[in-house]
Amino acid sequence: MELSNLVLRFRGQPNDVVDHVSLAAKSGEVLCVVGESGCGKSVTAMALMGLLPPDSSLISSGNLRIGGETFDLTRDVVPRAMRGNRIAMIFQEPMTSLNPAFRVGDQICEAIIQQGGATRAQARARAETMLRRVGIANPAQRLLEYPHQLSGGMRQRVMIAMALANDPQVLIADEPTTALDVTIQAQILDLIRDLRDDIGMSTIMITHDLGVVAEIGDRIAVMYGGQVVEQGPVREVFDNPQHPYTIGLMSAMPGLERPGARLAIVPGTVPTIANMPEGCRFRTRCVFATAACARRPALSEIAAQHQVACHFVPLEENIEVAR
Amino acid sequence: MKQDIILEAIDVVKHFGTGGGWLSRYPVVQAVDGVSLEVRRGETFAIVGESGCGKSTLARLLMQLLTPTSGDVLFEGRQVSAIKGQELRRLRRDMQFIFQDPFSSLNPRMTVGKLVGEPLEIHAPDLSAQDRRAKVAELLRQVGLRAEHADRYPHEFSGGQRQRIGIARAVASGPKLIIGDEPVSALDVSVQAQVINLLGDLSRDLGLTLVIIAHDLGVIRHMSDRVAVMYLGRIVEVGTTEDVFADPQHPYTQALLAAVPSMDGAVTDHSETVHGEMPSPFDPPQGCRFHTRCPHAQALCKTQVPTLSTGKRASHQVACHFAETLPAQPRPATAPQKSKTAEARFALYRAATEGGAIAHKEKQDRP
Repeated sequence: MELSNLVLRFRGQPNDVVDHVSLAAKSGEVLCVVGESGCGKSVTAMALMGLLPPDSSLISSGNLRIGGETFDLTRDVVPRAMRGNRIAMIFQEPMTSLNPAFRVGDQICEAIIQQGGATRAQARARAETMLRRVGIANPAQRLLEYPHQLSGGMRQRVMIAMALANDPQVLIADEPTTALDVTIQAQILDLIRDLRDDIGMSTIMITHDLGVVAEIGDRIAVMYGGQVVEQGPVREVFDNPQHPYTIGLMSAMPGLERPGARLAIVPGTVPTIANMPEGCRFRTRCVFATAACARRPALSEIAAQHQVACHFVPLEENIEVAR
Repeated sequence: MKQDIILEAIDVVKHFGTGGGWLSRYPVVQAVDGVSLEVRRGETFAIVGESGCGKSTLARLLMQLLTPTSGDVLFEGRQVSAIKGQELRRLRRDMQFIFQDPFSSLNPRMTVGKLVGEPLEIHAPDLSAQDRRAKVAELLRQVGLRAEHADRYPHEFSGGQRQRIGIARAVASGPKLIIGDEPVSALDVSVQAQVINLLGDLSRDLGLTLVIIAHDLGVIRHMSDRVAVMYLGRIVEVGTTEDVFADPQHPYTQALLAAVPSMDGAVTDHSETVHGEMPSPFDPPQGCRFHTRCPHAQALCKTQVPTLSTGKRASHQVACHFAETLPAQPRPATAPQKSKTAEARFALYRAATEGGAIAHKEKQDRP
């Protein structure tokens, strides 16, 4: 799966919410997209799925290639036949993304029947297999229950079962574990990893937790203000972080530093889209920013498959800090 | 050493519900079931657990925002539930609360100056309006906001700034103890770091005792001196943060720590992941409440409730029948290894954020 050059703007806004974003994930690979709220990661995912209302959002550029097919996102939305079939999505809130008025089984069956023209009985059998596969005990019983009868972790498993029911080639997971407790999160991450190995789908995992990235990601893309500021293989980026935002984000994580020490911070907060600065969008919060940052830095390759958008990389060669 | 205990809970129980009618299968939620703990003056004490373990209820019991079904809370040796009227007001001055959600805990129709000034009006009524304004300005500066922010309304601020306002409000009355219920969990990582630093600074500068309720183990490890781990309404382990994180004794603590994704690259061995989910607090298991998920559970665990008792170290207590015979799971106490390159860049970044002078070297090829 490959997304190239997505540019998206909400009508009435002066700036693009997603600004020339390109992402790629090979089959069997997990690409983690990280960034704080407001960095455009969820909007990118929604645009991929064609879930943004066309009357309020405007895509001025962008191509999506899945398998051999290419879609021009500016003209047509991802066809309905592909959604839920070749490309599927799980959402952050398993509580709100299941319909409370229908039995879990009916909701999964609907997804299967919509796509494949399977009969009701076939769909039901398939749903049962899927529930067993995502580790739900007693699936035949669970199919007859309503979402409120399930716990949070269980609902997320149902969502995953539903997303994977049609063997998609691409799975987009938008913060799938954020609302869950750590012990449940560990179970869900295990599950996603196993399924990826079994099915060999490409996964785009949106998260803000660098721990989750280290745990499950093959590649990482760091987003800020609707732009990808750094991307590369997870190990490479963690060992050789280049962009000041990546470095700031990593050093702000509690638990990496000696306990009790002051955490390094990223000063300020994310500006709203209307207030995004020209050029490098991080420059209003970047401690190293100069006048040169008013010009947008290109995403350029610094090591094998490792790209950074900053004028001053590598930092230690271009910047000196006297204490 | 009784005198340095600022806050103490003795066998506190909180059950919600009235006993149920004839239609109700489950009469009561046993939210907190027999919790005893001691918080020492000046320390940062953390209570950690997953959702539904009763940690927020416990925080509200400690604050006397809820009345315990049974048991006592002592603040500086005095029984909190017996305090009434004027005395209670004085107690409220000494104990303050920071809420999780900075969006819903501030009145949207009050200016920041009014919000922060409100506790002063109540606890320092003698202050003239002018003095109060000056004090509010000072408080705002203390939490990293500007004095002119006093005339704005909460909606004009970001989440991190609102949490700062909440903190300014809590600090305004000059408390001895602040209880924070998930004070940073609604914030983004970079902003979260700012607020963690602020809380650390305040507790040091003002000599505050902090009780932090959280589910994020990274935050707790960073902030707290001692930590209590809760599971289904009971404390299963309590000790210094260092001991609990380096050498967890209770199987639940071990599972909890193992479940946290680490950044050191090695994929965590999840073969030890605990299975299943927390049982409902309507109908908690008999005996040790963790036995339904515990890999080491034996017959004894199903019938007998383990008590919190001292293990290897005097300061480290565990509620497990088999704590001494369980295989130890020591964990590396040091922070995960970083590469030299990353280390150098972190140092550079840190120096720059802490006010080091930055010089950009000239480079020929740059326009």
